[in-house]
Amino acid sequence: MSVAAPEHPAAVRRRRVGQERLPLPALLLAGLAIAFFALPFVGLLWKTPWGNAWSILTSDSALTALRLSLWCALWATLAAVVFGVPLAWLLARVSFPGRGLVRALCILSMVLPPVVAGVALFYSLGRRGLLGQYLDRWFGFTLPFTTVGVVVAQTFVAMPFLVITVEAAFRQLDTRFEDAARTLGASRWYVFRRVTLPAIRPGLIAGAVLAWARALGEFGATITFAGNFPGRTQTMPLAIYLTNEIDPDEAIVLSLVLIAVSFGVLVALRERFLGGGRPPAA
Amino acid sequence: MTLDARIVRTLGPFRLDIDLTATSGETVAVLGPNGSGKTTLFRCLAGLLPIDGGRIELDGEPLDDPAADVFVRPEHRPVAVVFQDYLLFPNLTALENVAFGLRARGIDKADARSSAASWLQRVGLADHAHHRPRTLSGGQAQRVALARALATEPRLLLLDEPLAALDAGTRGDVRRDLRRHLATFDGVRLLVTHDPVDAYALADRVVILERGEVVQTGTLADIAAHPRSRYVADLIGANLLTGTGSNGTITTSSGGRIVPAKPVDGPTFAVIQPHSIALYSTPPGGSPRNVWPSTVIDVDRQTERVRVRLDGDVPLVAEITPAALDALALKPGDRIWASVKATDIATYPA
Repeated sequence: MSVAAPEHPAAVRRRRVGQERLPLPALLLAGLAIAFFALPFVGLLWKTPWGNAWSILTSDSALTALRLSLWCALWATLAAVVFGVPLAWLLARVSFPGRGLVRALCILSMVLPPVVAGVALFYSLGRRGLLGQYLDRWFGFTLPFTTVGVVVAQTFVAMPFLVITVEAAFRQLDTRFEDAARTLGASRWYVFRRVTLPAIRPGLIAGAVLAWARALGEFGATITFAGNFPGRTQTMPLAIYLTNEIDPDEAIVLSLVLIAVSFGVLVALRERFLGGGRPPAA
Repeated sequence: MTLDARIVRTLGPFRLDIDLTATSGETVAVLGPNGSGKTTLFRCLAGLLPIDGGRIELDGEPLDDPAADVFVRPEHRPVAVVFQDYLLFPNLTALENVAFGLRARGIDKADARSSAASWLQRVGLADHAHHRPRTLSGGQAQRVALARALATEPRLLLLDEPLAALDAGTRGDVRRDLRRHLATFDGVRLLVTHDPVDAYALADRVVILERGEVVQTGTLADIAAHPRSRYVADLIGANLLTGTGSNGTITTSSGGRIVPAKPVDGPTFAVIQPHSIALYSTPPGGSPRNVWPSTVIDVDRQTERVRVRLDGDVPLVAEITPAALDALALKPGDRIWASVKATDIATYPA
């Protein structure tokens, strides 16, 4: 590696004026990265059949898939919050042997290929599965190929996003505020509701949004575990995959809807909760 | 009302082992350097840390007694705390902060708020009721924290370094206000601090805590007159020497010989004020009984006086005038003689 000769002082001074500038190669690479992210969407827009987009969008099959997607993702997010917050609390606050392993296990589904997650769910909660056979035998209840199965599959892959975000929030929390609340006469539950929860709120919202986005886009685990039945288990990603074979125009329009919904949520929440905007105060 | 505590608590290599009593109407300051166990003591009294041994009792009612398997949880103790940097809940207004303890006890919102409002008025912050903590000054935040603690009507009030979070400019005023507000609270008042000025200004009685043990207790004047540890001696700027007295002489562990005005026997403390020490560049004439050859370690020139640190059989800090410094032309490494009159050496049994 060669060391560049120091620049003329005047040149240095001139550069200080205005904003910080990246070296040209870095700027070029960053620009390419942005183009890389933008290009597919431009391609989609370019191919969009604007003429009959509205009729495709308001068709029964599209609306059904969209409605199912939104509902399932919402329920999966709720389940992730209800189970994930206590789990994050346990991982952040309670020191127990094997905590590292438990944490790895609980976020494994985040890095697993979703199809693998679907197969694993099938052999544990399916009709012949480890636990599923008893659900069937005792309660006459089967998960695969049902809407509840979709929610289970989505929760399985989406909850880790909430858990790691909320765990980080718990770790950053100054526990002395909770101590202060205790000395003022607050029970543990009251402390959690009035002190802990407000303090981790930004992390909780960020985690819930990430989990929701992951659930909304979930494909592999859903199709493996819950199948592809319109109105029951066919969410938007599944509908898009299917119609892309039959009617590409419809697939494009459905894709745009999914993009619009996800992008809208990210933009709305970016500055407050996802670390964008101004850097946090020291 | 009385606090009667014997606290034993081990945290890793550290061990806190103290006896502490305090009665209502008096303010007791626990004064000690960092790491002396102040925070541990504090957490044990508040119930945030259970004790390993001993017993904490308030008005005869046990709060923590491991032998009897009694542990009253912090939310059920009649103990309120003003924390260092106050820990006001940032998402609540001043009024909601003060009302917090009442709401937590199940008092309905309207009553809790009206009670909180009267507490804010008492500490002179009625017009800041709807301010968030981040918009309050340090002194205002402290008064809100005090109101929040007192609103729960505790019988023991703990204050943890109540003035440490303030800048020097406002500290004096806040200290005076705090003293006034403390006087209106008729329970047991205990404050923990590393600042002797706070202890002097706020407390009736001082407990000196060092390495987890009480080394001295009494009024600050008593303690200053008879320091029993280097920490206290350093606080008041005096030389504290320990040795064994016999035949009219005190022999220190480093081999120095001190001759006090009155003979003493056995383990003895000797206190020498820095300004009573005279320095000579040649052995002094006459018959002073206490003359020690010394080496100058460093010279700290302040505006009105000069502190000279000396090493020798009797290590000392001497205080001389700038004129004397110029006459002696002292610099580190110089060999000189330090002398003190026997009547300027205070002695008391160790």
